[in-house]
Amino acid sequence: MSDSKHSGAVAAAGHHHHDYDFAAHKKVYWVVGGSLLVGTLITVLAREWEFSSVALTVAVALFIASIKAFLVCAYFMHLLSEKKAIYLILVTTGAFAIGMVALILLSDKDPVSGTRPKVHYVP
Amino acid sequence: MEIPYTVKPRPDTGLYNAKVGIWLFLASEVMLFGAFFSAYILLRVQAPEGFWPDVANGWPHGLLNIPIGTFNTAVLITSSVTVVMAWIALKQNDFARFRRFMAVTVVCALGFLAIKTLEYKEKFGHYVIELTNGTRVTGHLDVNGHSPLFWTLNDVKAAKIEELKVLVDIPNKFRFPVGHAIPEETHKAHAAGEHHKDQTFKVSDIASVKAFIPSTHPFFAIYFTMTFLHGLHVLGGAIVLFYFGFIGARMWKTDPERFTNRIEVGGLFWHFVDLVWIFLFPVVYLL
Repeated sequence: MSDSKHSGAVAAAGHHHHDYDFAAHKKVYWVVGGSLLVGTLITVLAREWEFSSVALTVAVALFIASIKAFLVCAYFMHLLSEKKAIYLILVTTGAFAIGMVALILLSDKDPVSGTRPKVHYVP
Repeated sequence: MEIPYTVKPRPDTGLYNAKVGIWLFLASEVMLFGAFFSAYILLRVQAPEGFWPDVANGWPHGLLNIPIGTFNTAVLITSSVTVVMAWIALKQNDFARFRRFMAVTVVCALGFLAIKTLEYKEKFGHYVIELTNGTRVTGHLDVNGHSPLFWTLNDVKAAKIEELKVLVDIPNKFRFPVGHAIPEETHKAHAAGEHHKDQTFKVSDIASVKAFIPSTHPFFAIYFTMTFLHGLHVLGGAIVLFYFGFIGARMWKTDPERFTNRIEVGGLFWHFVDLVWIFLFPVVYLL
């Protein structure tokens, strides 16, 4: 019973995906994986580059990380071809995350009196 | 009672339930890690510019092992590739190949955790030693051929050590500008191009001995907090993927589409764990 039910279910699953180009998708996944490894090496080697400012150093590092993050989200997590409901969840999350980070960073401008960190940290 | 929409998509979202569920969960994880990254930014920006071995002042640079961190990044990226290949193997009804890719994924996860454990152990046995003349060094202690963990000056005195042997780290361009509050012998070792040097300090000349642990500096506090939290996620993901790959794989025989969806959902969590590390590695190790 289980064998015939299984093979029937598998056949149904296979029939559902018969238009899916497996070879092309697998190639994309290997290429993305390779790109992520290369991106990691570039990030590490970028440490040797002398940038004119700390802000530029941070921007370059986060730019490379963002490209890697895009590749993971777009291809591994299939976000390039997802449904609207997922995009709605992500946009809402992004809005709340940006708001949260902004509030945390802005709190530095409005400290509780007497709680300002000392210039030289003494453990 | 059968749970609805485990395979058939819901008419309103166009998705099966588990996919909506996992994305909502990942949304909460974004808030969790986002808060920690914000805390890191604040701590990092507020700290004055200080370098090793001034780990008590400013923000210490060059204290994390970058080759090991890079290798760990490669391990996690590889596991991300293998978990998506496992999913596509199921789409192609190739269960054997699915199982092989899941095995590699779990091995990569455990490898990542093992390397992290070794990194942590190295930190616990790595010290900043402040001398009574105000100079500082960092390095590993050598107590009768052993490298003790979590020692303080009290432990050194309790061991009745009069002269403490230290394998001192010698500064490089990432660690600090040369000549800044270090003993003369360390300065000479740098000039000679050495990377480490055995030095001996009289215990009476030592003001404090502190391991690279959270209480020593906020850098270590945020480093251990974020990497340990990430490590817990790696462990949890590894356990779930192992279950799906080996124990819970019985569902492949009874409901293959639902099982494939489970692997997709587990893979989404795994990619998120990889995503967090993609940002955590450069922020904590490199910047």
